[in-house]
Amino acid sequence: MTTATNTLTRRPRVNLTVIAPLVALLVLIGIGMALNPNFLSWANITNVLARSAFIGIIAIGMTFVITAGGLDLSVGSMAAFVAGLMILSMNMLTESMGPGLPVIFAGIAIALATGLAAGFINGILITRAGIEAFILTLGTMGIYRSLVTWLADGGTLSLGFEMREMYRPVYYSGVAGIAWPIIVFAVLAVLGEITMRHTAFGRHCAAIGSNEKVARYSSVAVLRVRLATYVLLGVLVGIAVVMYVPRLGSASATTGLLWELEAIAAVIIGGTLLKGGFGRVWGTVVGVLILSLIGNLLNLTDFVSPYLNGAIQGVVIILAVVLQRNTGAAR
Amino acid sequence: MKTTLIATTALLSLTAFPALSQTVGISIPAATHGWAGALNFHADRTVTRLQEANPDMTFVLTTTSDPGQQVSDLEDMVATRNIDALVVLPFESEPLTGPIQRIAESGVWVTVVDRGLSQEGIENLYVAGDNDSFGRTAGQYFADTLEDGAKVVVMRGIASTVDNERVAGFEAALEGSGIEVLAMDHGNWNRDTAFNLMQDWLARFPEIDAVWAADDDMAVGALAAIDQAGRTEDMFVVGGAGMKEMVQRIQNNDPTVPVNVTYPPAMISTAIEMTVLGLTSGAPLSGEFIIASELITPENAADYYFEDSPY
Repeated sequence: MTTATNTLTRRPRVNLTVIAPLVALLVLIGIGMALNPNFLSWANITNVLARSAFIGIIAIGMTFVITAGGLDLSVGSMAAFVAGLMILSMNMLTESMGPGLPVIFAGIAIALATGLAAGFINGILITRAGIEAFILTLGTMGIYRSLVTWLADGGTLSLGFEMREMYRPVYYSGVAGIAWPIIVFAVLAVLGEITMRHTAFGRHCAAIGSNEKVARYSSVAVLRVRLATYVLLGVLVGIAVVMYVPRLGSASATTGLLWELEAIAAVIIGGTLLKGGFGRVWGTVVGVLILSLIGNLLNLTDFVSPYLNGAIQGVVIILAVVLQRNTGAAR
Repeated sequence: MKTTLIATTALLSLTAFPALSQTVGISIPAATHGWAGALNFHADRTVTRLQEANPDMTFVLTTTSDPGQQVSDLEDMVATRNIDALVVLPFESEPLTGPIQRIAESGVWVTVVDRGLSQEGIENLYVAGDNDSFGRTAGQYFADTLEDGAKVVVMRGIASTVDNERVAGFEAALEGSGIEVLAMDHGNWNRDTAFNLMQDWLARFPEIDAVWAADDDMAVGALAAIDQAGRTEDMFVVGGAGMKEMVQRIQNNDPTVPVNVTYPPAMISTAIEMTVLGLTSGAPLSGEFIIASELITPENAADYYFEDSPY
């Protein structure tokens, strides 16, 4: 909304709003290059991109949810729960079917189906039972976190050794030196951007987030679109887990801790409005990269005390948002 | 004074009111990471065993995920369950000191486990691991095995007193050995954080001879990152707390995981058993009981392997 008005009246300022996250990203890359020569090494770039993929894939779905005026706090716990269930069922299947590709495919199917179901539960309760999204997902966040702790008996669920070796390449190898998580993240980001910009679904999300009543009078199926955003997010959580499990082959009560907040932060840094009505997927991708890069830079230097890592992240998040909002507020 | 208290408690139970069943309250942190998971496992196991041995006794086991909730749990135990003894692993020292002190003053036997209170003399019995020795044992191994000028990186836990004591012990053992600590950062006792941290260190330092990941969850993350970088041959990793996968690798003489240092989560069993022993037998048990950290080597690894434990 805001951006649309600005496009008409103040072109130069709008450009700053649009490119602010990109500028922040470039500044971080510049700092990285100056601080450590290994920063731009192929290994480091792949590491950062691959580790961004989990939050990134989830954040793409979160962009749609937030654009449609919703919120989902349960995604981190949901990821842990899906990962736990996937590992448990793969271990059981290995016993009955023996190790092999079918177990991996079954595991992937289970992860996606569980993600879909979890997203559907969130969505249906928010749209049909009319529970506030913040409260409902706060509840499911606790439920999924407890369920994974319970599944793991308080410890860690680990994939059996043979299956771990067989499944490992999904995280560690790829095509032409580009790891699979990066490829999947990139493809989903492009699809997400197209969906947001060029499909009825994307425009309906923005319309609902902007003004639900008007959207309803314009014959947008508000409840169904809302529900769809949560289901989409659930499936994307499933995909993120499919990429996550082969990395360490384990899930525990600490898996995916605070992912929901990182995903939401990435979405907002990327220029999507927290109150809904406007969202952009490419901005979210930039937001995710900004967050990962901060962590990476802090590890590559002794510049600041590790005690202050969180503070640095906080400052960058606030700066990135202030940079964009300034123009909006001055309107 | 303390001995009198046990004596009275014991007398009350054994002679004055033989039929009166006693209640033991146990409050520990929830299973939010591997070590705490094992703590819960051992607490459960011990309560089951003691319940069978003492059918008259009642055990109240609560797990908490933050200090505030733990205070409420303790208040509930005193108010509604009328406990005779309390075994508590304080979530944090400062906020729990006051509430536990009030419980102790009301005549309840108090056993504090692992995390000491911020004032001395409140608890009747203190059972704890030795964090200084945990760090020192690992550091001593580094000093003995590595050459002068060797380069190591250190993964710390969640910033806390426990972590500070361990690192201080480690640094004290390294003193004068000529070993260079390249970097030290918090892996927060978390596999994923440790994985990312190790990846970044591997990108940053061309030469690393050893990693001290002060917890086995972090060691798992570090090992995966080292494996990914193809530098498994160049360095060894010492974790801590005796996770069973690690113990198994030591047993198999894995050169990357040569040793481990114990910090037994089963100390909760020690604490509960001693408390119940005090209640039932009247034997004097007040004081401190410090469980040393030991070095697990291929020779003694079999003694530290618990098949059923989740950790």
